[in-house]
Amino acid sequence: MNVLLVDDEEQLISALAERLSIRGLNTQWASTCDDAIQLAEQTDFEVAVLDVKMPKMCGIELKKVLQGKCPRMKFIFVTGHGSEENYRKGLAEGGEAYYLVKPLNIEVLIQRIYDITNT
Amino acid sequence: MSILRYIKPTFWEHEDVGESPFGHLFDFRKIWRLAVILSAVIALLPVVTTGIFDYRVTKEAMEAEIQLRTARLVSNTRRTVSFFLAERKAALDFISHHHTFKELTDEGFLTNVLAVLQRTYGGFTDLGIITAQGKQKTYVGPYELEGTDYSHENWFQEVLHGGSYVSDVFLGFRNVPHLIIAVKHVLPGGGFFVLRASIDTERFNSLLSELEVSTGGDAFIINRQGVLQTPPRYHGAVLEKSLLPVPAFSERTRVYERAKEPSESLVIGYAYIEETPFILMIVKQKDELMRPWYETRMTLLGFMAASITTILLVIVAVATHLVNKIHVADEKRLIVMHQAEYANRMASIGRLAAGVAHEINNPLEIINQKAGLIKDLFTYKEKYTDDAKLMDLVNWILRSVDRCGAITRRLLNFARHVDMSVEEVKIETVIDEVLGFLGKEAEYRGIEVNIDVDDRIPSLETDRGKLQQVFLNLANNALAAIEGTGQLNITVTSHDDTSIKIEVSDTGRGIPKKAMDRIFEPFFSTRKKEGGTGLGLSITYGLVRELGGRIRVESELGKGTTFTIILPININKERFAHERPTGR
Repeated sequence: MNVLLVDDEEQLISALAERLSIRGLNTQWASTCDDAIQLAEQTDFEVAVLDVKMPKMCGIELKKVLQGKCPRMKFIFVTGHGSEENYRKGLAEGGEAYYLVKPLNIEVLIQRIYDITNT
Repeated sequence: MSILRYIKPTFWEHEDVGESPFGHLFDFRKIWRLAVILSAVIALLPVVTTGIFDYRVTKEAMEAEIQLRTARLVSNTRRTVSFFLAERKAALDFISHHHTFKELTDEGFLTNVLAVLQRTYGGFTDLGIITAQGKQKTYVGPYELEGTDYSHENWFQEVLHGGSYVSDVFLGFRNVPHLIIAVKHVLPGGGFFVLRASIDTERFNSLLSELEVSTGGDAFIINRQGVLQTPPRYHGAVLEKSLLPVPAFSERTRVYERAKEPSESLVIGYAYIEETPFILMIVKQKDELMRPWYETRMTLLGFMAASITTILLVIVAVATHLVNKIHVADEKRLIVMHQAEYANRMASIGRLAAGVAHEINNPLEIINQKAGLIKDLFTYKEKYTDDAKLMDLVNWILRSVDRCGAITRRLLNFARHVDMSVEEVKIETVIDEVLGFLGKEAEYRGIEVNIDVDDRIPSLETDRGKLQQVFLNLANNALAAIEGTGQLNITVTSHDDTSIKIEVSDTGRGIPKKAMDRIFEPFFSTRKKEGGTGLGLSITYGLVRELGGRIRVESELGKGTTFTIILPININKERFAHERPTGR
């Protein structure tokens, strides 16, 4: 399964990507929105894990762009704000999305990834 | 004292909030005093001045009137007395001129003349003709005085020089007071004779005794030596020395005042009766004359006292009312300012907490994932799988990260609700959130915290932020009240179908009885020295009211305090909107 991780914290996202890779997921990561869009043009991702709050573009905006590139892409949002409102907003603006609060539990994240792709 | 307590306005016992950043603007007692004193001076000055002025003017007018009246009476009486004597003197003068010495020395003739005089003028007792040598040539009257030698008598000398003479009153042989009138008649040949008559003073006296003088007043005649010539009503007896001194000579009528005793003074009018030794005196009691004025004065003073009292009462009432209004307004202003400050502070704390939590979350997540990766590497590489110590270390890191995560989540959750309005709230969540912050303090101080929420309590429709603050304030108060170890119990039970009952009780020092009534008043604090603003409970009270609930307190000194809140399950949104204070 192809998974795209986007977060402005490189150290965080690289470690997370490695952990997912160890668990058998084909993971790529980007620390900027531009990189993420570029990657999405090259690979057909099934799941994107996005940080809600990033410089230049927020996760929800990025989702709209990515949806244009990979129509079957599912989304999981991650936030350090612990706010349910963002989750509701994500749901309202385009179908299925999950919402997770930092600090992340890797097992929960993987569970969500499988849940959202129904595999 | 107890009546004073009822009428004493609230601002009187007002104490300034001292250290607080927003103090009262005014010293209410000072304003009140200033208002009362200034208004009283402005209002009373004209009243009192006019009163005093009127008093003096009226009194002086009255005194002048009395003097004038007395003077008039003295003048009139003098004229009458003067006329009485002059009339008789003129009669004698007429007789001496109209009849010859020869006719007059005839006893029969002189008897006839006396009879005519007694009939026409009255008052004549006897008549005598005295020669130039001072010998009584002829005498008609009740005594045998013929041949008496008067040449060395004073009166005879005075007649020789003055032409006529009126004597002082004296008793004489009959022991009846009388006086003598003598006139000298110079004969064409150069000689002269004197016609002398005794006048009974009875007629003279009645002139004065019939005089209308007021109660206590008197009218009499004295001679130049101060001997009474007519019987006075009060001031001694006839021919005795008068009790009043002989007044100074004056050609005109005079009136003067004499203080008889400190409280009593006399108005004395007098006049010297010309060509006689007599002084006419009319004495009046001043108090008697002033009586009508005293009555007027009492009315005036009574009216003054009544107006001054009324003015003062009105001034005090108005000043009290106005200062009370200012006090109430200032108190309201302060409460609003403090509430605004409080809300502001809560919002700031919320923002700060959210900022901190968010900032910490990112590095925390890095630790989390890095440690997770280490664990993954250990787990997937057989070389380390069995190293229990390493695994343990990594697990500890991850567990600590979880704990930090729980804290940041709670902080964020708390901060988020500071500004929120009505939503669905689970009461135990709110209590847990609040106690999450205070729990550690309680734990360190050995305070046992018991939370007991009835399972059947439904979710509330209420303002979560306000409810949070209510619990935070009450729990903070409880922890402050507990000295040493103790218990903080929070129980939530169902009150009725539409409301729940929340009890927050502690085993602290309790509240003194006299403070109980004022506990929810703004700025009332028993911990002012320790920096209490006296606003915590008043704000709590306000918040509970805004949530549509009510709060009451029970306390026993030394045993503890229980706050009971009855809170509606579903806050009426419309009412809530109305009750939201402005400026928040």
